[in-house]
Amino acid sequence: MIPLLLLHLLAAAACLLPGTRAGRRTFAVAAVPPAATFLWLLTVAGGVLDGTPLVADLTWVPQLGLTLQFRMDGFGLLMGLLVSGIGTLVMAYSLSYFRPHGDHPPRDDRAPDETARLAGLLVAFAGAMLGLVLSDGFFTLFLFWELTSVTSYLLIGIDDRAAAARAAAQRAFLVTGAGGLALLGGLVLLGQRSGTTTLSGLVADPPSGTLVTVALVLVLTGAFAKSAQFPLHFWLPGAMAAPTPVSAYLHSATMVKAGIVLVARLAPVFADVGPWRALVVVCGGASLLVGGARALREQDAKLALAHGTVSQLGLIMILVGLGTPATTYAGVAVLTAHALFKASLFLTIGVVDHEAGTRDLRRLRGLGRRLPVLAAVGLTAGASMAAIPPTLGFVAKESGIAALEDTGIGMLGPAALVLVVVGSVLTVAYTLRTVGGLFGRDVPAGDDGPAPIDPAAVHRPSVAFVAAPALLAALSLAGGLAAAPVGAWLAEVAGSLTPAAAEGYLTLWPGLHLALGLSAAAWVLGAALAEVVRRRERGDEPAPTVAIRAYAAGYDGLLRGSRRLTAVTQSGSLPAYLTVVLTTLVIALGAAWLRGTGPVDDVPWAESWLQVLAAVVTGGLALAMVRARRRFTAALLLGGSGYGLALVFLLHGAPDLAITQFLIDTLSIVLFLLVMARLPDRFRAPPSWVPDGLRLGLAVLVGVAVAGFSLAASAARSEPSVGDEYVLRSEPEAGGRNVVNVTIVDFRGFDTLGEITVLGVAAVGVVNLVTAARRRQRRDGATGPGTGDGDDGGRTDAGAPTAAEGAS
Amino acid sequence: MSVTLAVLAGVLAAVGTALVLHRTLTRIVLGLGILGNAVNLLVLAAGTPPGTAPIIGRSGRFGDPVPPALVLTAIVIGFGTIAFLLAVAYRSWTIDGSDEVEDDIEDRRLAEADPHDADDPDLDADERSVP
Repeated sequence: MIPLLLLHLLAAAACLLPGTRAGRRTFAVAAVPPAATFLWLLTVAGGVLDGTPLVADLTWVPQLGLTLQFRMDGFGLLMGLLVSGIGTLVMAYSLSYFRPHGDHPPRDDRAPDETARLAGLLVAFAGAMLGLVLSDGFFTLFLFWELTSVTSYLLIGIDDRAAAARAAAQRAFLVTGAGGLALLGGLVLLGQRSGTTTLSGLVADPPSGTLVTVALVLVLTGAFAKSAQFPLHFWLPGAMAAPTPVSAYLHSATMVKAGIVLVARLAPVFADVGPWRALVVVCGGASLLVGGARALREQDAKLALAHGTVSQLGLIMILVGLGTPATTYAGVAVLTAHALFKASLFLTIGVVDHEAGTRDLRRLRGLGRRLPVLAAVGLTAGASMAAIPPTLGFVAKESGIAALEDTGIGMLGPAALVLVVVGSVLTVAYTLRTVGGLFGRDVPAGDDGPAPIDPAAVHRPSVAFVAAPALLAALSLAGGLAAAPVGAWLAEVAGSLTPAAAEGYLTLWPGLHLALGLSAAAWVLGAALAEVVRRRERGDEPAPTVAIRAYAAGYDGLLRGSRRLTAVTQSGSLPAYLTVVLTTLVIALGAAWLRGTGPVDDVPWAESWLQVLAAVVTGGLALAMVRARRRFTAALLLGGSGYGLALVFLLHGAPDLAITQFLIDTLSIVLFLLVMARLPDRFRAPPSWVPDGLRLGLAVLVGVAVAGFSLAASAARSEPSVGDEYVLRSEPEAGGRNVVNVTIVDFRGFDTLGEITVLGVAAVGVVNLVTAARRRQRRDGATGPGTGDGDDGGRTDAGAPTAAEGAS
Repeated sequence: MSVTLAVLAGVLAAVGTALVLHRTLTRIVLGLGILGNAVNLLVLAAGTPPGTAPIIGRSGRFGDPVPPALVLTAIVIGFGTIAFLLAVAYRSWTIDGSDEVEDDIEDRRLAEADPHDADDPDLDADERSVP
């Protein structure tokens, strides 16, 4: 398995090499990995179906226990065959689809490198999807799950100059990506509760509990988003912005089945848990009806089919999600039938689009006579979609209806049956409308609509072009005709999901049972509905769906809300930021103080009279700074207060600190005076942003918090200081007697290195700023600052300092 | 630690706070200097009780050598910060004749902008305009 995945990766890389001129011929390269996979799967199919799954592990990050775990059982084999088989056909089909055209350009006419990009992304997707259906480990599953989302995003938005394509790609990615996050959360919870990180291990020994229920709802959310289930279904029709081969492959046959694959694996074990079945029936049923109803109103054949896909996926979701053996079996059968007929129909529409230049149902006419072979293909696949005998779609749906007649799960069973039958009526109706619109009508309904095409001007497609949809339609028909052996084979497949499903069967003639009666009723009612819809057809485009509008409003609101939040939190005002920071400081310090180790007793008022004197000088000079109106005064007061502090340090038994404080303070005053000689002497009026009351109030609060915190902190020591050890080792190990000095240069030498680095960086900054300022002053001449031209005010000559003049 | 030192640390912190909330850069630098002094005092006084300077050979109860070592580093780094900010003030003055800290223009513009300006015009693009 792993070499085949690597082969996909290799082919994708080859196609995506920049500057390739091969154009659509890259699809020949892209077809190799899926074809090879398909052949390999056929050779191993026998053993897998006999009940010995193939297992492969690839260690990724052993330190974190991350391993890529793959396991192919019967169901994995079926999905692998569908992914690789349809993938091969789509690649072959694309060779014709992207062929430049005679007199009118095809819809998807693009530059060679763009076509090659498409081929590369498509084969990359094929690899990701193959990995997804074969993965067993949770994180393997998630990885490939997201990979398919990403490749889908890139493929939907392949026409990156079209705003609609970009918006659709973003929508699809946000919805499936958010679903992927929900899935990840669910898988993590399941892994926590079960102690295993593989699907097979989880199913073999299922955990239970409230957390597991939450996890399963999260997993279902992810599956619904991926498989376009109501209310997360709205991204799928938008995904039709991608070229038709992409739509056929990703958005009908394979990727949208990912959620169903996951649900099918978990449902037999977890369907009884909490709201699982209710969610499946409600969301699947809503998708079934909403998609079917919408498909009746679309004028673009591809969009009608896309809504039909939402509907069909709802049906499959109900069947596999209920989790009983019979419904699981029927779900697998319908899934297979759907992949075949829906891919065939999409590819058929692609041919029509390519040859007639449109797929607007109002414009197409006369194609049934002009393209009889293609019409036969479309009708066969359509018959399978509408569940008309003798097709695979019919036998599969019959088994589904029969399975729902007696589920043994209470009222949800009959409810699901009613939903499925109503959905079938809709399915018959939109099939008749769409396929009939493509091939059947001679005169389009509505006279005031877009101009109809001229059937005689429609090209006849080449044999190779029609081969892929024809083969898929033929399989749909053969699957119905050979219902018994196909059914037996599918039973072996479904048996890997739940053993009892291996007893399922398909039959072309079920006898005069309720299921056949319901199917017949669906045909009749569906035909009648199609006729009603045809008569009331107004030929206009339906408005965007409610879900799309709700999504747009939500997205819009999110942007607006975040903008408002940014405007509030990021005001751009330094005093405002500082107010927030200092208020936080007060709260944090106050909390630490109040939650301190208890009452602070035996604290002396002062340690000596000299200390009180020094403190009064230091604090008094500092307080005077608040009132200072002149820069010069303020700087001198800072210096004086610093000298007082040096005395406090000295009295506290830290002579090194005292001398440092004294020296640095002196240096600071010199620096201040140097700068202030240039600046105006007086401060401007106090700023208005922070009112004085608030400013001083906050200042007092900070002061009280700091004072209280320092008392609490000094009483909070619970462990002896490392300083005792420093004192012991200072002389024997570092050969110094002054322990503070030894600490700085030896024990904590790296701190000092960092300090020197900071000083160095600051010095470089100072030199550059001063040099630039001087240069500017010289240029401005004697006019002085503030009167210079303002237009080049932002220029910073941050070059290397030129001479000693820059030294501070 | 004595109440005197705690009160002194609080007073210095309060003065520093009152100064940094101004818009004049020189005042902010002065305030940072005072705030630094307050924190240095706090670390030293709360970290070790008063005692003899920890120099081997002296008699008496040694203070803890770690807080002075930390504070010593902090004093020097604080000086580097002050020097840099003063250079910024000087440069600011040579450009526009003041050392006021203005509001960030980009931030103000963002706050006052009409939210619709930056909305994605494609957002409401109808899904049916697919190619």
